[in-house]
Amino acid sequence: MRYEKPTTVEAATALLAGQGARVLAGGTDLLVQIRSRILNPDVVVDIKGIDTTRKITKDTSGYTIGAAVTGAELKEHPTLSKDWPGLVEGANLIGSTQVQGRASLGGNLCNGSPAADSVPAMIAAGAVATIAGPKGTRTLPVEDIMLAPRKLALTAGEFIVSFKIPARPAHGGDAYLRFIPRTEMDIAVVGCGVALALDAGGTCTAARVALGAVAARPLLVEDGAKALIGTKVDDAALAKLEAAAKAACKPIDDKRGTVEFRIDVAGTLAKRVAKIALERARKV
Amino acid sequence: MAKHHVTTTVNGDPVEYLCESEQTLLDCLRDELDLIGAKEGCSSGDCGACSVLIDGRLVCSCLVLGVEAEGKEVETIEGMAQGDELHPLQRKFLEHAALQCGICTPGVLIAAKALLAKNPDPTETQVRYWLAGNLCRCTGYDKIVRAVMDAAAEMRGA
Repeated sequence: MRYEKPTTVEAATALLAGQGARVLAGGTDLLVQIRSRILNPDVVVDIKGIDTTRKITKDTSGYTIGAAVTGAELKEHPTLSKDWPGLVEGANLIGSTQVQGRASLGGNLCNGSPAADSVPAMIAAGAVATIAGPKGTRTLPVEDIMLAPRKLALTAGEFIVSFKIPARPAHGGDAYLRFIPRTEMDIAVVGCGVALALDAGGTCTAARVALGAVAARPLLVEDGAKALIGTKVDDAALAKLEAAAKAACKPIDDKRGTVEFRIDVAGTLAKRVAKIALERARKV
Repeated sequence: MAKHHVTTTVNGDPVEYLCESEQTLLDCLRDELDLIGAKEGCSSGDCGACSVLIDGRLVCSCLVLGVEAEGKEVETIEGMAQGDELHPLQRKFLEHAALQCGICTPGVLIAAKALLAKNPDPTETQVRYWLAGNLCRCTGYDKIVRAVMDAAAEMRGA
């Protein structure tokens, strides 16, 4: 195995276009998979030498978060947790304090697990990935990146440089919750992210609802958003949201939960998460 | 494949070592630098026995490549005591009998030190969540948590 640490996007894409190349960001999944012989890359391309993968910048259009920024750094950012608390909460649920010191949004997404905690939170927030490749740079909404377990919409030589998170709407709030049978250090049985915006009268004008661990890929639940938009997010709207979330699920039975249980929990979580997002939207 | 020549700082001392791409920082600390305080438990980032600080950030050294330490400041358990004088956390672990076999102890101490540097007055819940990535299979966690709380109080001068 060769280790390379390019300092430019062009050098990284050239290395990644070769056979058997893997991206190294925080390494909390990659190094485990190499050690357990699930992966045997010829070249590991450490993208942390590229400045833009390691920075959070903010302007009037929102945030640009480098793909290799760690969970601990997201939490310590002076304003990100105020603007997008759900996104930071989702990212901070990944692993232990030690893992938070290395794990990144780019890695969590590109590891290709349907249960990745930061992914529904990113989808709800409307995150768009900036992808560099041999033919230049393109953008893709986060919900379009993971296609199936371990399968991404990235082609040879492409890697995610950063994520664009829009500016929080004037009366906007987001939240992420997951169900696990313990209190810490576990993998989501169901995860749900909701972001919504209200007008001055408290009517929901925009919403995004995302679910994790209930299908082969994280889901953007359009009918869930429709259930909320135009309402005061009252009990009737929440009941419709619950039904939409349950209808969107196509889960598997596994050791962490049955199909029936996951569908039921998805509906309940969606309501709870929407209530938290609503509370936050009302406070700003 | 030529080995990587890594120049880094460990516990304040400049050090150099040669390593293969596959070698983890834990391998390099233990096998190249003879710093065997950090332990290999699970090798998958679950147990925390290999915890070290890199540029002040708590990480599992089994999930860091040795070559990634280039130009960084690494802190390990070997740098915790000042000569013969134990760090307050180490002293409180002895007083509270917060260890038995000792495999997890270096990692727990480094993790606790990182916590207290960030939050000198943590609640018990904060201590428990912060240390959730450090597994102990013999003492159990109550004594560890009590020792950390007591050390924090002493270090605050309370």
